[in-house]
Amino acid sequence: MAIADDAQSPSAVQRERTQRPNRLFKNMTAKIASIPMVATALVIFVGCTVWTIVHSFTNSRLLPRLEFVGFEQYERLWETRRWLVSIENLAIYGVCSLILSFVIGFTLAALLDRKIRGEAVFRTIFLYPFALSFIVTGLVWQWILNPQFGIQSVVQRWGWESFAFDPLNNADIVIYGILIAGIWQGSGFIMVLMLAGLRGIDEDIWKASRVDGIPVWKTYVVVIIPMMRPVFITALVIITSGIIKVYDLVVAQTSGGPGIASEVPAKYVIEKMFQSQNLAQGFAASTMMLLSVLIVLIPWAYLEFGGKKRG
Amino acid sequence: MADATVSMTGPRGPKPKRRFSPTNIMLYGTLFVVAVYYALPLYVMIVTSLKGMPEIRLGNVFAPPVDITFEPWVKAWAEACTGINCDGLSRGFWNSVQILVPSVILSIAIASVNGYALANWKFKGSEVFFTILIFGAFIPYQVMIYPIVIILRETGGFLGVQLMGSIWGLVIVHTIFGMPILTLLFRNYFTSVPEELFKAARVDGAGFWGIYFRIMLPMSLPIFVVAIILQVTGIWNDFLFGVIYTKPETYPMTVQLNNIVNSVQGVKEYNVNMAATLLTGLVPLAIYFISGKLFVRGIAAGAVKG
Repeated sequence: MAIADDAQSPSAVQRERTQRPNRLFKNMTAKIASIPMVATALVIFVGCTVWTIVHSFTNSRLLPRLEFVGFEQYERLWETRRWLVSIENLAIYGVCSLILSFVIGFTLAALLDRKIRGEAVFRTIFLYPFALSFIVTGLVWQWILNPQFGIQSVVQRWGWESFAFDPLNNADIVIYGILIAGIWQGSGFIMVLMLAGLRGIDEDIWKASRVDGIPVWKTYVVVIIPMMRPVFITALVIITSGIIKVYDLVVAQTSGGPGIASEVPAKYVIEKMFQSQNLAQGFAASTMMLLSVLIVLIPWAYLEFGGKKRG
Repeated sequence: MADATVSMTGPRGPKPKRRFSPTNIMLYGTLFVVAVYYALPLYVMIVTSLKGMPEIRLGNVFAPPVDITFEPWVKAWAEACTGINCDGLSRGFWNSVQILVPSVILSIAIASVNGYALANWKFKGSEVFFTILIFGAFIPYQVMIYPIVIILRETGGFLGVQLMGSIWGLVIVHTIFGMPILTLLFRNYFTSVPEELFKAARVDGAGFWGIYFRIMLPMSLPIFVVAIILQVTGIWNDFLFGVIYTKPETYPMTVQLNNIVNSVQGVKEYNVNMAATLLTGLVPLAIYFISGKLFVRGIAAGAVKG
């Protein structure tokens, strides 16, 4: 009973006391209520990740088993053409989508921030694709880019007979076809982030630059953009972690085709694990994905949290 | 002169007096063109889904329908085929509803209690678990997918219920992966509640659950709405978890849609495909257009960490 009483006693009052009867049972209800969070953090996020990394050094095929083979899976991974194509696609998609998201997102936000009429209407139009799933996005763009009925045929019918724009069936440019859809879906969200950042900037800055006679574009480049660094970093982290996860969009739009021309790492992992029964290969590939996330995440975490502690 | 007016009319100043200045025409022109690019796919979806197949073969994707027909919609809903099943998207829709409702309730219930505990009842190590949780949000799902399959299979076997491949397994997975963002959302909200309120309730003898249900819950309706919007769109749009943790009879709508449209057998019926696509997008679109600013708040809250 003493334990139960203690659990019910106010923690605020407890803090005043110098002696506590039993630390473990202090705040008991809160601890019990946090079990789902603790379990998720430890079992799923730490446990499952470690499990996958450990098993990526084994030769598991149909079933996971602990027969270690060192870095063999990784060596095989980097010799597989499909994986190399996936990485190349991800790099192209990643760089382009990063640059385009930033440019489009910031430009649109800057335009919307110039006290225009109908801002809400424009914002609604720019952001609605973000509410749609990647499957819907991929299928719509698959249809619009359809060579027989889509943009290509429309332009040809207008009289430009030799016009050719068929990215989804051309192995060289298929990733750009996916890029168009990806940008359409996600850039509105970056715009919202940037707009929030712009709105957070002190109005006096604008007044000061106006008094000094600095042109608007120059104010953006020299003053505003450097001030928006935190927003840019947030956007950077969000876009990159989204890029590495790209999966549904490719499945819906091209299924990785033509051939293996639009494969991405996330798809490679799923196929190795659940279709070709090559578990350890999938684990190794997913560990590589994790590694690439960490390369982005660790510097960000250091800047974000390490900086705060120092000052 | 033109230069002088440009520099005088910063964004925060009074509205420019000349409505049709070159700057304004450029500004609205650009916005309008971009808006067309964004709106076009929705327009194409609607237009295509209302045409008959002969008209699609003749005309172009952007032309408005001559004979409006709702047959593709009926067909997409009730007759479209995935493999041997020909009962349309309706099955996927109801599966998605059955997945959505418990997932949203469970994930929000758990995350709000977590956020409340983290904000007001800190215990030793609580911040550590929270940090792990937030970093966990960045781990690619592919890393954790397979071990979770094993966990679901083993726990299901232990409890004597089937979790793997059933709707409940997927509900658990959605609850787990919704937790980081939702917990963050609720923690930040509850932290902003004045501490005096909490202390006063403690003095009056209210406990953990008493304060949660009588004080925090009634105060935090807006944040619950934001969380619901976030979760409904997120879970409805999920594809990856649906495809891995369910089987064909319990596939959510997105998975079934992809199977219908990308199935290789038979003649491609683009109008039915677009009707099906639009049907799947309808739920999140409706939420988006109805909720407006709250949607923006939801995704912004989910995005801006810390």
